[in-house]
Amino acid sequence: MSSVPRVEPPPRATPGRRLSSFFHRHPFGRAASLLAAPIGWLVVVYLGSLVLLLMAAFWETEPFTNDVVRNWNLDNFRRLLEQDVYRDVALRTITMAGLVTIADAVLAFPIAYYMARVARPRTREILVVAILTPLWASYLVKAFAWNAMLGNDGFIGWLLEPFGIGPPGDSVGLWLTFTYFWLPFMILPVFTGLERIPNSLLEASGDLGARSLRTFWKVTLPLAFPAVVAGSIFTFSLTLGDFILPTLIANEQFIGTVIYNERSAGLPLAAAFAMVPIIVMTVYLVVARRLGAFRAL
Amino acid sequence: MSKARWRKARWVGLAVYCCVALLAATSCGSDDDDDGSAGGGTTTTAADTQIAGLGPTLEEIKQKAREEGEVNLVIWAGYADKSWAKPFTQQTGCKVVTKDGASSDDMVDLMGTGAYDGVSASGDATLRLIAREDVAPVNFDLTPNYADVFPGLKDKSYNTVDGVGYGVPHGRGPNLLVFRKDKLPAGTDSWAPVWDGSQAGKLSIYDNPIYIADAAVYLMATQPDLGIENPYKLDQKQFDAAVDLLKEQKPQIAKYWDGTTYADQVTTFKSGETTVGTTWPYQTNLMAAEKPPVPVTSLKPKEGTTGWSDTWMIAKNAAHPNCMYLWLNYIISPEANAKVAEYFGEAPSNSKACALTKDANHCDTYHATDEAWWEDVYYWDTPTTDCGDDRGEVCKAYEDWKAAWTEIKG
Repeated sequence: MSSVPRVEPPPRATPGRRLSSFFHRHPFGRAASLLAAPIGWLVVVYLGSLVLLLMAAFWETEPFTNDVVRNWNLDNFRRLLEQDVYRDVALRTITMAGLVTIADAVLAFPIAYYMARVARPRTREILVVAILTPLWASYLVKAFAWNAMLGNDGFIGWLLEPFGIGPPGDSVGLWLTFTYFWLPFMILPVFTGLERIPNSLLEASGDLGARSLRTFWKVTLPLAFPAVVAGSIFTFSLTLGDFILPTLIANEQFIGTVIYNERSAGLPLAAAFAMVPIIVMTVYLVVARRLGAFRAL
Repeated sequence: MSKARWRKARWVGLAVYCCVALLAATSCGSDDDDDGSAGGGTTTTAADTQIAGLGPTLEEIKQKAREEGEVNLVIWAGYADKSWAKPFTQQTGCKVVTKDGASSDDMVDLMGTGAYDGVSASGDATLRLIAREDVAPVNFDLTPNYADVFPGLKDKSYNTVDGVGYGVPHGRGPNLLVFRKDKLPAGTDSWAPVWDGSQAGKLSIYDNPIYIADAAVYLMATQPDLGIENPYKLDQKQFDAAVDLLKEQKPQIAKYWDGTTYADQVTTFKSGETTVGTTWPYQTNLMAAEKPPVPVTSLKPKEGTTGWSDTWMIAKNAAHPNCMYLWLNYIISPEANAKVAEYFGEAPSNSKACALTKDANHCDTYHATDEAWWEDVYYWDTPTTDCGDDRGEVCKAYEDWKAAWTEIKG
């Protein structure tokens, strides 16, 4: 008696199975169905609103009612180029963002270095919590606290008084405040970057006769630099776009405050001016990518 | 698909999307152009006060309001505090829903959405709302309390166009000179310290394009040869003079304040960081309430001053027109008007409100009945190219004021 080899009957073609085999045969369809929703969101809602906003830059307002009139022209850009005030404001904002970034990098590096390479695990945990805690506090509460500290009879003025220095001026005050606000965004990437440097490299450097300072300059710092650039993306872009702190602390105008003031009765000009930070950030990101910041993130 | 082709496809996709979005926007644009040209300059007749769904008599309005059950308002923060909004709901059955406007510009934007029944607009917003045809004229037969409104607030350029009234007056207040008693001479009664550099680095100034009018008021008194008669109707020469004055003032300013940072002004006057500036009566009340009180004097200087006179207006396409009409009548009733005026430190608009304020002297303190006192208070108005006199269409529009303000702040 010979036994007939058992053949598995083909599975019943339920709709689910049919769908499954369709996706098996068509990898493109699989990718498309998986990504349709997120890409739709990204393109329609995220980029779409941005495109609509930027299109407004080519429109104008009716001089009396301030209604947006969809009349295509380049007047807004001409105004931005011809009136010195917009160039001054843009340069002031970029300078501020640069100074804040430098100050944050200088402050963050020692802290991050201590956390990553010196502190014991318990101390490190406490430090991470201490750095993250301010992020939980309300932005406005912190802003008003700094506003009070920077005032004429505020804490900082009191600290400086014995040295015969008055309370800091608007610009310095704003710089201090921004540096405080964005410091955690610098510390965390640098901390991660320093933590990722393998000990073996440092040991190898020591074995080859380098002293600790030389190891720091030649090994640690170059390896951590992309992380600093990654952190600077946050500090720089956050300063570039903020409009609340300049309103509360300084009399000077910044890109954010000009856009904020223009938005309700001069949307087209506000949209045109919004191109400036977009261009600056695009350039910044291209340079940051060259410096390897994206791999450090 | 190769990596390079993928990359290409990505960019093509983005480009196609952008083109579609652009096309969509341009086609919308051509539809809207007709509306744009129709704005402004249209005359209104009494029949226009009829809003779809509005009852013809007060009795019918009251009945229909019960069905509507709600009114949506754009307000200056606090203008519909529950101490007078709640009684309104009890009387009419209309729930009061509010949205705070941050500035006059903001309020014009909000009314443009068509989602609101009415607005408490200052004089620099009212004409824009009328020209955009966002608001409808008011039939004063349906707001009986209007009869008791001070005559000095009726038929003004900011609430009446071609003899047609567009709202009910809410109340008025001046922008005052405020200074530290211990830092400035006792008899100070002029804006001069704000402009002449004697208090450089100690000024507290209102941060809004409309403040250009304050410079114009000072020039009116100090440079009569400029011929400024209305600080909101400035031709090129007058405008330039005001802007130059403001540019000289800019480096002397210690702190700007506005509708969101007004409380800061109290702090800076307390600490002495600022010694002189402009203020609303509201902040001087706050300063007096400090412990100890901030040693300041506030007054209307001899040159006169700017001020505001707010108007409650009804949206042309109001979804709840009956509730809104009842609100228009209610907010200028003696009881409600007295509460609002005391809450804000402003002069009430209803003459009978004076008898109902908690502080019996409120109306005297705020000069509610003293029309002569208000003669040199120039209420906020919308600057337009039309000068309103024989100079013709050569005046600076609000758009120019805004651009100049950005320039002044530097």
